[in-house]
Amino acid sequence: MTETPAVAAPAETARKFNIDTVENAAKTPDTELPWAELGLKQNEFDEVVKVLGRRPTGAELAMYSVMWSEHCSYKSSKNHLRQFGDKVTEEMKKDMLVGIGENAGVTNLGDGWAVTFKIESHNSPSFVEPYQGAATGIGGIVRDIISMGARPVAVMDPLRFGAIDHPDTARVMHGAVAGIGGYGNSLGLPNIGGEMVFDSVYQGNPLVNALAVGVMRHEDIRLANASGKGNKVVLFGARTGGDGIGGASVLASESFDDTKPSKRPAVQVGDPFAEKVLIECCLELFKGSLVEGIQDLGAAGISCATSELASNGDGGMEVELTSVLLRDPTLTPGEILMSESQERMMAVVTPENIAAFEAVMDKWAVEYSWLGEVTDTGRLIITWEGEVIVDVDPRTVAHDGPVYDRPYARPEWQDAVQADSFTGSVQDAGRPSAPAELAAAITELVASPNMCDKSWITKQYDRYVGGNTAMAFPDDAGVVRVDEETGLGVALATDANGRYTYLDPYHGAQLALAEAYRNVATSGAVPMAVSDCLNFGSPEDSDVMWQLAEAIRGLSDACMVLGIPVTGGNVSLYNQTGTTPIHPSPVVAVLGKFDDVARRTPSGWKEDGQAIYLLGTTAAELDGSEWSNMRGHLGGLPPKVDLDAERELGQILINASRDGMVDSAHDLSEGGLAAALVESSLRYGVGARIALQDVLDRDGVDLFTALFSETQGRAVVAVPRSEEIRFTDMCTARGFEHVRIGVVDAEGGTLEINGVETMNLDALREAHEATLPKYFG
Amino acid sequence: MTELPLIGEAVAVAANAPGARKLAGAKIGVVTFPGTLDDRDAARAVRLAGATPVELWHAGTTLGDVDAVVIPGGFSYGDYLRAGAIARFAPLMSKIIDAANSEAKLPVLGICNGFQILTESHLLPGSMIKNDHLKFMCRDQVLRVENNTTAWTGDYAAGQEITVPLKNQDGQYIADEKTLDALEAEGRVVFRYVGFNPNGSRRDIAGISNAAGNVVGLMPHPEHAVEAGFGPELGSGTEGLGFFTSVLNKIVGDNK
Repeated sequence: MTETPAVAAPAETARKFNIDTVENAAKTPDTELPWAELGLKQNEFDEVVKVLGRRPTGAELAMYSVMWSEHCSYKSSKNHLRQFGDKVTEEMKKDMLVGIGENAGVTNLGDGWAVTFKIESHNSPSFVEPYQGAATGIGGIVRDIISMGARPVAVMDPLRFGAIDHPDTARVMHGAVAGIGGYGNSLGLPNIGGEMVFDSVYQGNPLVNALAVGVMRHEDIRLANASGKGNKVVLFGARTGGDGIGGASVLASESFDDTKPSKRPAVQVGDPFAEKVLIECCLELFKGSLVEGIQDLGAAGISCATSELASNGDGGMEVELTSVLLRDPTLTPGEILMSESQERMMAVVTPENIAAFEAVMDKWAVEYSWLGEVTDTGRLIITWEGEVIVDVDPRTVAHDGPVYDRPYARPEWQDAVQADSFTGSVQDAGRPSAPAELAAAITELVASPNMCDKSWITKQYDRYVGGNTAMAFPDDAGVVRVDEETGLGVALATDANGRYTYLDPYHGAQLALAEAYRNVATSGAVPMAVSDCLNFGSPEDSDVMWQLAEAIRGLSDACMVLGIPVTGGNVSLYNQTGTTPIHPSPVVAVLGKFDDVARRTPSGWKEDGQAIYLLGTTAAELDGSEWSNMRGHLGGLPPKVDLDAERELGQILINASRDGMVDSAHDLSEGGLAAALVESSLRYGVGARIALQDVLDRDGVDLFTALFSETQGRAVVAVPRSEEIRFTDMCTARGFEHVRIGVVDAEGGTLEINGVETMNLDALREAHEATLPKYFG
Repeated sequence: MTELPLIGEAVAVAANAPGARKLAGAKIGVVTFPGTLDDRDAARAVRLAGATPVELWHAGTTLGDVDAVVIPGGFSYGDYLRAGAIARFAPLMSKIIDAANSEAKLPVLGICNGFQILTESHLLPGSMIKNDHLKFMCRDQVLRVENNTTAWTGDYAAGQEITVPLKNQDGQYIADEKTLDALEAEGRVVFRYVGFNPNGSRRDIAGISNAAGNVVGLMPHPEHAVEAGFGPELGSGTEGLGFFTSVLNKIVGDNK
């Protein structure tokens, strides 16, 4: 057993600093402070002075600067984000146990089980230092889940990188994927899905988003608040070091250009082993009901944890900062408050539970130090060897930061972009129509960077650990069992389409939600809740601000129609290279529920002779499509959104799964029917014979359009012969368009589509799988 | 309707077999180190095989009355220094080493990180280094059972091919030529990779045993192939259960 010091010896170096006490600040109002370097604007600094009635001390300035940063305060998006809370019906609230505002939302699964999930960004750090940036992205989101009292059970990673052939993309790709794997695999969390998109708009600003999901019994739900005067405040886990200082304020709220020095030191360094131990240690604390409140340390470190715990609780806390265990004894009080060292947690413990708490720490050899206690004064007091260096109302730090009503306006260029349809454009010349051309086009599509096989990435992730993974990539959703007795479980999918959202942010965001919803329903699960990660450019650009406002409005409207609430998420702004913003990229995660995960529907065909149906109708919608992307075009209007149709399709897929009417289902999205047919064939190496004449006649489209259009609200399913009548009766009764387009062919080893040259599955697979290894080794 | 196996219907063969009560009385310890990941999975496999799993803590100083021990996978102590190098010095390991080498020849199975710990403990020869392609790899892996006379492989046929998940970063088995020749000559190569060597292991070796056959270590994960629908898509998905039924039959046989 490792010996761990219970309390830090007061740092001998403490006196080395010129401690800027509150008393000193009051006496020296004119001292110059580096508020601009810490990311505060003049008006914000003036506001701090007003709130305090004096200039802040150095330590206070550090706290306000990180907590009032865009990353921590949502100051530019707050006014818009309110819609997620406002546009909610009673019906949507019925399963929501904890809503927006806590570390993560909690949804009731029934049988006494609850599930919590959240998606976050770690974009800027992942560009500066891809391995550590991506790794600590996993670490941070997992700690959010633990903080709710849950055992984390799975992770997912939507990734968006620059052009596949750009020399810098390989650096980001190798680093981020290895980081996600290196950290997530070491935590024992299966990685069950995600996305991989290549687009040059992400060249200088990749999007590395991370989702974690956890489960708990209802009685285990924990909240981040410090209540009960006299209760003790403890910091445990890794020691506090110099990594990530100012990460939130400096990195996440600024954009990159070449003129500034490298920001490498601001990226945190992860220790997955420490995190794994922390998970088990926290779960043991929860089991023994040993903590009153708990908060993970992420962005803004101790500043965030103390101010949030205090302001969510009885409002007061006293903390002695020299008690913090340090990796680097030279850190100043301000640096200690801002440090974003990973794998740390702060908890509130009653005096009676101190001994039991310490026993759990000792068992797991986790270091801890008692920092102070909860008070009822309404003040957060932080001392340095007894001298007061912070004396603030914690609400002013954590919750009452600035809120901006940023000006926004529909960009002047939007009309021109929307008028520039792919159909008839220069890039549309020579559209394939002959059988051999169509076969070549399909092969080119499934080998393209965004549509190719992603197993180069996913095989670097452990999908099996935990023994509860019922489905993972490349199926439409990841599925994890929660209860081994009953088979109760959850499904998760994340989606975004930056191209659609660029063309029309309101509908683009809705399309992301619709696709994630459809993916979850396709797997057979009932969609229940939404978490979103809103990745946008600078809110100080009125064009970008309009994109953000429109996306939030679209998303919140669509959630109302689909009847599923947003339970949490994250906003990531200033994603741009120089003055060029990324495509607006709202990544939407939908969580669904299975009564029994045994009913999950995979995306591939297996049984010879089963009937293949296409659900939904097809319009000529190629604008923003993968096909137009491959031809270098981006313009026009994205596919139409029909949320009522999505709901209906979802019901059909869920019922079909529950009642055993389909053996496979795959949604149609990027790459349209062509991509879906190939993916369903390659999933288990079982082909099909397809004839689309009925579709062409009914919908009035040509074969190319039927294959490549990205009309929404569609899916392909394989129906056992014995279930065909029941299945089609159900579709008819619901008034949902469906047409039999072919049969599964387990013998031929080919994908035959009437009017398209027969495609050999081995050749398709080779094309599909060769792309990522070609670029990344 | 097609007869696809539904998830969760995996029935533990041994649990329903005659003598099930005797099997349930068998206790198999599952060791947890800081950083162990697959301990709950190994316990589930033990349960599905019909025995009773017993949690063993690395800092413990007694094995109690367990009839066998599984050292599961993970990243004990973060794999810092070298995979298994720190775990090898845990108090419980000395008990396991003594019991494995004793007259009673306690059956010990090391999976993945457990295998690495067994080589670091010198219960098994050789060592594991980083995969030759330098990346973590997760895949469904076909193995050939080369020796079905060990404590953990009796329920398999010699030469039988099974599919179980493989997932590791440091899975390349190496040893000097003399050791490899001796392992081959003595029939101590228990499993070999078939079709694809996922990490550059010498002579496609996936798992080995000690001379007595009570200690077996392998990189792939049989405990992740014990329930249809939650394991490999190739084969039945439950082809790892035989490890656990094998040792149960061995225990029950020895106690007759």
